[in-house]
Amino acid sequence: MNSIVTVTGKSDFGDICSLSFNWDITVGPGQFVMVWAPGMEEIPLSLSSVGDVKSVTFRIVGRDTEALRKKGIGDSLSIRGPYGNGYRTDGSRRVLVVGGGIGIAPILPLMADGFDTALAARNAGELDFALPAIGKAAGKTWISTDDGSRGFCGNAVQLVQEILKEQEYDEILACGPEVMLFFLHKFCVDNGMKCQMSLERHMKCGAGLCGSCMIDDKRVCADGPVFTCDEISGMKDFGHSKRDPCGTRVLFR
Amino acid sequence: MDLRTSVGSLVLDNPCILASGIMDETGEGMARILRSGAAAAVSKSVGTNPNPGHANPNFIEEEGFCLNAMGLPNPGIEEYAGEMRTAAACGKVIGSVYASSPEEFADLAGRMEDYGACAVELNLSCPHAAGFGMEVGTDPLMVKRIVSAVKDAVSIPVWSKLTPNTHILKDIGKAVEDAGGDAIVAINTLRAMKIIPEFGRPFLSNRFGGLSGSAVRPVGVRAVYDLYSTVSIPIIGVGGICGYRDALEYIMAGACAVQIGTAVLSGTDIFRKVNGGLTDFMREYGYPTIGEMVGVAHE
Ligand SMILES: Cc1cc2nc3c(=O)[nH]c(=O)nc-3n(C[C@H](O)[C@H](O)[C@H](O)COP(=O)(O)OP(=O)(O)OC[C@H]3O[C@@H](n4cnc5c(N)ncnc54)[C@H](O)[C@@H]3O)c2cc1C
Ligand SMILES: Cc1cc2nc3c(=O)[nH]c(=O)nc-3n(C[C@H](O)[C@H](O)[C@H](O)COP(=O)(O)O)c2cc1C
Ligand code: FES
Repeated sequence: MNSIVTVTGKSDFGDICSLSFNWDITVGPGQFVMVWAPGMEEIPLSLSSVGDVKSVTFRIVGRDTEALRKKGIGDSLSIRGPYGNGYRTDGSRRVLVVGGGIGIAPILPLMADGFDTALAARNAGELDFALPAIGKAAGKTWISTDDGSRGFCGNAVQLVQEILKEQEYDEILACGPEVMLFFLHKFCVDNGMKCQMSLERHMKCGAGLCGSCMIDDKRVCADGPVFTCDEISGMKDFGHSKRDPCGTRVLFR
Repeated sequence: MDLRTSVGSLVLDNPCILASGIMDETGEGMARILRSGAAAAVSKSVGTNPNPGHANPNFIEEEGFCLNAMGLPNPGIEEYAGEMRTAAACGKVIGSVYASSPEEFADLAGRMEDYGACAVELNLSCPHAAGFGMEVGTDPLMVKRIVSAVKDAVSIPVWSKLTPNTHILKDIGKAVEDAGGDAIVAINTLRAMKIIPEFGRPFLSNRFGGLSGSAVRPVGVRAVYDLYSTVSIPIIGVGGICGYRDALEYIMAGACAVQIGTAVLSGTDIFRKVNGGLTDFMREYGYPTIGEMVGVAHE
């Protein structure tokens, strides 16, 4: 079922935009929604806050994110969901949260819950949207940029390696581009750490029926989008190929 | 209790089959359903060329029903070979095809046979694809030509999936039988629409879609009941089956097997659950085989 919600807050940071709205429903960190308004296609977005006020935070990458950015306070949105399995945290493990690029958006709720967090982006500007959350974080935060314009100079995996020199963790919870997750997953496997990672594929129904979002025999929308280290280890498609909207296999470069 | 059933010459371990369009765009999706207790899986409806389908939004679920206008997305028959082979290695796969002419249907069906399909299912019933589906499947003469052409082209059983969006369902069923069709699958979704009042607009990008889930079950059961009294070829019941009692309604209306689609929303274990329920029911009510229950509601 969809809900029609009213936008109550908006912030713009370069090509990254956040829209917040009141939506009276229980959502866990890592779950996502299908967002639509007339004039755009419906798209999957993770929730970037999951309290009484919910929000989505997205990078403008094409027609629909561009159309969504045009929405302002008072406008209506159709929201379907929440869908999928989010991150599982039971307090029994020492957790490091890792977000890369726009993959920082879905992990903001974990940061708000007080987990230690590593944030990686290409440059300082791309981290601006996360600064308010970093300011309020109860846990430790580390930052890296590919060009060194803010924080540690390096990528997410290098940042994690640095952090692990000074602090021990049992598990990594991550979201980011698939190349980043691919190497981070490899790092976790090589170093005997557990992990949970949020993956993306082309989504249509979002609910687990149509089969457009398959990675091997898993539906990213319903069996994920957050998968465990072991589940990912068994995925032949992970870091290798995805499906286009026709279902044709497309290899990553 | 014996859950085995047969659709003509095709023997199935149990009566539950995955319906077309559900988790079957890929071979591994179908393989997973076959491992989850389904006796067979019907593939996504595949056409000659790659088709991305209709734009999002193309799906919504509500209390008791779903609406979809996926628009028959598929990678085209050439590319689909790999998916069929992956799935066929794990069990029985029925190749679903859609086309706009008898020749094209025959060609696609032949390819599905080459790929290892144990039967073909002709999509004569999709309600939201211009020039295909129910647009070719509501004309008895056209249906007869299509089924005849496919029968001439393949040696595996030919199933025809019919639409409830017609007042001449019995005539179409008769046309399938007259053309030598091996079985009838009923029903596909009902043509439907949802409007969002706040936007003053239909929700689906295609405006129209197909209704599935519990809400369509009484229509499907009636369709199977009507067909059973009209034709003597096997009937496969589909539409809104969410539990074993729903499957029994179809079987008692005249279906020798059933397909399950929308109920996969509740989990891929739906096939095991229905089979478990059927076994218990048959024990309690004294039916030794599925066959003993087929069509009993007509007596
Ligand atoms: C579970 C999930 C959660 C996501 N969460 C976020 C988020 O929090 N913030 C964010 O910025 N982005 C998120 N995305 C990605 C976001 O959905 C795409 O950026 C968006 O759909 C692009 O649409 P567009 O029309 O602007 O761009 P387009 O030009 O249409 O596409 C650009 C790229 O976006 C991706 N994309 C397009 N349509 C879809 C679709 N239906 N499903 C999946 N990917 C698509 C493709 O990789 C495509 O190449 C998420 C994706 C998934 C699957
Ligand atoms: C998302 C979705 C996609 C479907 N795609 C197809 C298809 O490609 N070919 C087809 O013959 N039927 C398709 N159908 C119809 C189903 O196979 C089935 O006939 C119908 O949904 C009724 O059964 P159900 O209530 O168990 O889902 C689709 C249904 C849904 C919900
Ligand atoms: S988007 Fe339809 S199954 Fe995942």
